[in-house]
Amino acid sequence: MTTAPVDEREPTMNHAIRTEGLVKRFGTTTALDGVNFAVETGTVLGLLGPNGAGKTTVVRVLSTLLRPDAGCATVGGYDVVRDAHRVRQLIGLTGQYAATDESLTGLENLLLIGRLLGTSRARARSRAHQLLTQFGLSDAADRPTKTYSGGMRRRLDLAASLVGHPSMLYLDEPTTGLDPRARTELWALIRELVAGGVTVLLTTQYLDEADALADDIVVIDHGRVIATGTPDELKARLGSRRLVVRPEDESQLPLVTSVVGDLAGHTPDVDGQRVTVPVTDPAVLPAVVRRLDDSGVEVTELVLRSSSLDEVFLSLTGRPAEDAERSASEEMLP
Amino acid sequence: MSTPADAPPAGPRPQARVTPVQGVRQSLTLAWRTIVQVRHNPWELGDFSIQPIMFVLLFTFMFGGAIMGDWRAYLTFMLPGVIVMNMLFVSLYVGQGLNTDLTKGVFDRLRSLPLARWAPLAGRILADQVKQAWSIVLVLGVGMILGFRVGTGIVGLLAAVALLLIFALAFSWVAVVVGLLAPDPERVQIYGMTALFPLTFVSNIFVPVQTLPGWLRELVGVNPVSVLADASRGLMVTGVQAGPIVVSLIWAVGITVVFAPLAAWVFKQRV
Ligand SMILES: Nc1ncnc2c1ncn2[C@@H]1O[C@H](COP(=O)(O)OP(=O)(O)O)[C@@H](O)[C@H]1O
Ligand SMILES: [Mg+2]
Repeated sequence: MTTAPVDEREPTMNHAIRTEGLVKRFGTTTALDGVNFAVETGTVLGLLGPNGAGKTTVVRVLSTLLRPDAGCATVGGYDVVRDAHRVRQLIGLTGQYAATDESLTGLENLLLIGRLLGTSRARARSRAHQLLTQFGLSDAADRPTKTYSGGMRRRLDLAASLVGHPSMLYLDEPTTGLDPRARTELWALIRELVAGGVTVLLTTQYLDEADALADDIVVIDHGRVIATGTPDELKARLGSRRLVVRPEDESQLPLVTSVVGDLAGHTPDVDGQRVTVPVTDPAVLPAVVRRLDDSGVEVTELVLRSSSLDEVFLSLTGRPAEDAERSASEEMLP
Repeated sequence: MSTPADAPPAGPRPQARVTPVQGVRQSLTLAWRTIVQVRHNPWELGDFSIQPIMFVLLFTFMFGGAIMGDWRAYLTFMLPGVIVMNMLFVSLYVGQGLNTDLTKGVFDRLRSLPLARWAPLAGRILADQVKQAWSIVLVLGVGMILGFRVGTGIVGLLAAVALLLIFALAFSWVAVVVGLLAPDPERVQIYGMTALFPLTFVSNIFVPVQTLPGWLRELVGVNPVSVLADASRGLMVTGVQAGPIVVSLIWAVGITVVFAPLAAWVFKQRV
């Protein structure tokens, strides 16, 4: 960014967003426990983590809504605490829950923000109409947003965060609670925005969403970064898919386990009669079929499926994501 | 790079801070929003104003004769007080609207925009003053249809409205505190009503103090609602009484001095 203050220009040249050792506590809950990451200008960072991991807290700190207890964060080279007002001129926030005024129409919601940002009435109106068209809401422009569907609200909320042409966009779980169709539509809209050069910080609980949209992924759990990398790197490390094999004859389990483990290069999990292993190379499947066939093993089940977030978390933390969620909510109790 | 017609007005370098003029403009824009809400849902105002109007009708005809021997005389006595009561109820809107913004996430959006920190709250309170003026007209209008007459002329009436709006402005801070403490908008109304009913009934709005036992008379006498009702009666009907006006203004200042910092503190705790 050419607008970066001189003293901080060097380290932030390519980083639209940077956090260093962010800590945030709520009473006895430590929501953020030293979070470090950086987002390069013009890229999408996916912040992936289960419920209660601290994703929203990161977004709120970066949106100047929360002051960190320790550590610091810069957006466009500006400190989110000391230079909050400047940061607010660079960002657009789409929170976890659609934040539109339900008693106003879609058009009025966008006009309000345009006027608050100091644009003239005419410009605010033309920008609002442009966004409503872009987001497929023209027909609903004059209806109060309380009559909108969940997907429409999300789209309006996203439109609202774009009124001021932000160069950084925060999307906090933008598709949680949407049906698959609305989700795909929103993905397409987000891709368009990214093509327009906006830097995006996206939080999600879904591995496939991060995979579909993000250039880089930061996995957080319990307020700590537990893995970072491109989607491909993470998939290679974690196994983006699972191979599941169930032999017909239980006595062949050890044989199947060794064949599968050998070809996949990981030690498989054996759960009852099922052998499960993460795989990165799709060619493993035919190889397994051939070897089992050669060894005369009959199988009742043989599938290659996507890893769930649970399995990714199991690989990273040695415990399932539900545990993370449960312990996070337990920590909330006094 | 070509600049589209709707390009952001912001220069190459973001502003360090918001100017007071910008802050005032932002507050006015937010007040516009509240007024648009009323335009969409005009009956919303009725929620709070329907009760005072119902009281005007009920008390005038049911108890007017019994209390004063003549319902017209009672209407003249009671109506300025009912306007005070209505003003207090209507100020609950500030708290309710604020609470809705907080629980729906609208406040987060506003706080993430480059606005003056005080603009969202100022916008609420400002818009509330417009609602106040509107609801004063409403209750006064019903009273006049029934036969209420302003005895002091237009200057007295305008002075009464001004005094009521000053008090409403001060009382808005109480509503803000309630709005910040309540978990949801419905609860703002419940808490508010629960506090306002005793406050307005243990006053001289509906009954002349001479009919009350001594200890209650003391209590009613110190109630700021009685003082403000007396001041309004003076300005609208019987002629200016400096005492109640001055005491009302002192109460307004006192409420602001206590509740404005309290609101700021509760606000910091909540967001
Ligand atoms: N305002 C708050 N008060 C108390 N605890 C909070 C608050 N906000 C978040 N937390 C706690 O901080 C942790 C992280 O929350 P959050 O950032 O919302 O997670 P996520 O968005 O990943 O689901 C959770 O344990 C949550 O209960
Ligand atoms: Mg969240």
